[in-house]
Amino acid sequence: MVKIENSMKILIVKSIKFVQLIKESIQRIFPQLIAILVAFLLGAIVLIFTGYNPVDAYYSMIIGAFGDIYGIGQTLTQATPIIFTALAFLFSFKSGLFNIGAEGQFIVGAFAAAITGIYIKNIPSPIHIILSILIGAFAGGVWGLIPGILKNKFGAHEVITTMMLTYVAINFTGYLVNYPFKAPGWVSQTLQIEKTAQLPRILPPTQLSASLIIAVLLAIIINYILQRTSFGYELRASGLNPLAAENGGINVKRTMLYAFIISGAFAGIGGAGEIMGVHYRFIEGFSPGYGFDGLAVALVGGLNPIGIIFAGLLFGALRSGGMLMSRATHVPLDIVTIIQALVIIFVAAPTLLQYILNWRRNKS
Amino acid sequence: MNPAVQMLGISKKFPGVLANNNIDFIVEKGEIHGLLGENGAGKTVLMSILYGLYKPDSGKIIINGKEVVMDSPATAIKQGIGMVHQHFMLVPSLTVTENVILGKENVKNGFLLDIKNSTEHVKKFSEQFGLEIDPDVTIESLSVGAQQRVEILKALYRGADILILDEPTAILIPQEVDNLLEAIKSLKKQGKSIIFITHKLKEVFTICDRITVLKKGNLIGTVKKDETNSSQLAKMMVDKQILETYEKKKIEQKDIIFKIEELNVKDNRGIKVLKSLNLEIKSYEILGLAGVEGNGQSELVEAMMGLRQKDSGKILLNEVDISNFSPKDRIKSGLSHIPEDRQKCGLILDFSVMENLILGSHNEEPIVNRNLVINLEETCKLSENLVKDYSISTPNIQTYVKNLSGGTQQRVVLAREFSRKPKIVIAYQPTRGLDIGATEYVRTKLIEMREQGSGVLLISADLDEIRALSDKIAVIFDGKIVAIKDPSITNEEDLGLLMAGGKSG
Repeated sequence: MVKIENSMKILIVKSIKFVQLIKESIQRIFPQLIAILVAFLLGAIVLIFTGYNPVDAYYSMIIGAFGDIYGIGQTLTQATPIIFTALAFLFSFKSGLFNIGAEGQFIVGAFAAAITGIYIKNIPSPIHIILSILIGAFAGGVWGLIPGILKNKFGAHEVITTMMLTYVAINFTGYLVNYPFKAPGWVSQTLQIEKTAQLPRILPPTQLSASLIIAVLLAIIINYILQRTSFGYELRASGLNPLAAENGGINVKRTMLYAFIISGAFAGIGGAGEIMGVHYRFIEGFSPGYGFDGLAVALVGGLNPIGIIFAGLLFGALRSGGMLMSRATHVPLDIVTIIQALVIIFVAAPTLLQYILNWRRNKS
Repeated sequence: MNPAVQMLGISKKFPGVLANNNIDFIVEKGEIHGLLGENGAGKTVLMSILYGLYKPDSGKIIINGKEVVMDSPATAIKQGIGMVHQHFMLVPSLTVTENVILGKENVKNGFLLDIKNSTEHVKKFSEQFGLEIDPDVTIESLSVGAQQRVEILKALYRGADILILDEPTAILIPQEVDNLLEAIKSLKKQGKSIIFITHKLKEVFTICDRITVLKKGNLIGTVKKDETNSSQLAKMMVDKQILETYEKKKIEQKDIIFKIEELNVKDNRGIKVLKSLNLEIKSYEILGLAGVEGNGQSELVEAMMGLRQKDSGKILLNEVDISNFSPKDRIKSGLSHIPEDRQKCGLILDFSVMENLILGSHNEEPIVNRNLVINLEETCKLSENLVKDYSISTPNIQTYVKNLSGGTQQRVVLAREFSRKPKIVIAYQPTRGLDIGATEYVRTKLIEMREQGSGVLLISADLDEIRALSDKIAVIFDGKIVAIKDPSITNEEDLGLLMAGGKSG
């Protein structure tokens, strides 16, 4: 009897704790949830004013994103690269940097992985895959290292340098894929990568590849690094208060340099995964701005690696659902961009949201 | 003839401080009037009231015989008052002329800026008042002294007859100081009245006609230069309070564990601030470093902790030169630092108590294991113990430090720094901004560190604190140690004089 009572007690305590945990996490993501809700409401108003039925539009959007296996596959496929670039932005941001060049690092990583996949032949598939990803990470890391050095040595601000290096990346890979590495034919693309370098598709017949698994694992690893290792501690300390960090013996400049490199490497892995899992070749202009979406997703995800997974899914769903919406209801795809932008505005401006909430409260 | 400025019965209270207590302050036309006092005496507040930046709680202001309500700097400027702040209000990318005429531009044809005419005007002005400057160069290319001349010109251009200079020499190198003092004298010859805020006795005697002394918000008196001397002024300036006494065990200090030899260091502007400084600290000793702020104390601390490059010299800890060690290695070899500004340099406000307590030992066992993963169990245990030992009143160790009171925050810093069992403790203004209870606690802890054998360098602008705690007092002035005194035989006037660059009697 006593035993049972005890185990009952433990169970009760545990379930209370569990409820508390859920309550706390909801409280933590509450601003994000409200922001998303408000954004969709305002989006509905835009739809009404442009003469569409918001209920129909949103319904087809949800069906498009989650209605069948194609929709789900498309949602997850679209989410994958954004999760990578969001993690890249987050990692540098935690150390006090504003690396907005994930797009460039993503593209450079993609190109390097493509070359590795095409021109190294006759090696076992797992090795070829790992090698391609590492080369992609390396290329992205180098692209992150350059602004790091420019900042440490010459004080150049990373917002400018990472932005500019993105253009360099776009145009340089553009040159390479149009001249030295161009595959025969009309399209500006490389040859296909070897079968051995292709990531397995995990939800056939959709394009969803193992790249998503890597992204989720990476998020968990980053969370662990930031919260539990001394390196993560130094990174966060440098970001929150560099003066105090220096006083505590932390080499802030070096920590930032590492953050630049690692951040670039994450974006590079994302680019590699996109080539190895989806396109199987480097195509000019294959990224519709995943790097910039990453910045927004990092913010919407509450600057938390796990939050980024969910925010990435939201943005992925918006992209894939938006496609069906525009096909089924003739609502232009731009409405998706408007909703995305509204979500970002309300997440990035929490005080604005607070103001709206308070205004409602005062009125009632 | 009416006095230029009459401030009568001025009082101003800030939460917790009476910054000005019923102060009368009168400036005659055409005089240079020194306003003297230590940091926090209320000089800047009084002048900010005159310039319309603060509203007094009571009292009245009479300018040239007419009572004026100073509700804004615009009113003050209209009344012919100009103020040159310690921090310049200039636009670095604009030229001297553009800065001087800003807000009072010459316009031709209705809307076009008449730069040519203005330049002529500024040039004439600068010649007339002996403030040499090229009106066509940009501010950013000018030295600090030249920028200050632009500030003065700006005030004069707006028609200032009464000029307030807030510690104008604090930021200048010696040659520039001489130039400035010359310029001030020439302004006086042209009939301007000048209020010169300072805490340097020497400058007061060089140029002032009369001197008003403030202390802790109170008016001590106004004297004529010819009827006073440095030691009387020092006595008026320095607070004479009954010393709180602290129980200190008599310990014989023998071993010098820390030594600074011929240390030369530049500040951020590239000006030499430590000039062949020498200093020795023994174990079981509290060495008080007395000095007016800005005489090299910050740079000394930064050089000791490895946060600032030295030009030359040695820093020896147990006879090992650590002057090329990284900050991390200095902490490891036994240096510990209570920073001047705990919120800016000592704590990470968005970190928890626990995370702040391990800053500096976060990369050492037992806080991290061999894989550089933080050992949460050890970290919690250590934090819980420190919270208990140092009576840190926090809900739990996960509370953000930003949610704690100032005194509690300082306890977090002390717990972290002292638990490392340091050989040398650098305590920079450790009680600044704390209430009486917290102050008491910090002082007792410093004495405890001394009794455990640490050498303590106590840097403070508060002479009472230094005298109450120190075994020995070193006085820093202009980047050099100018005297070493025994606290039991020295007195405040003596120290005050040395701190102001005078010779002790």
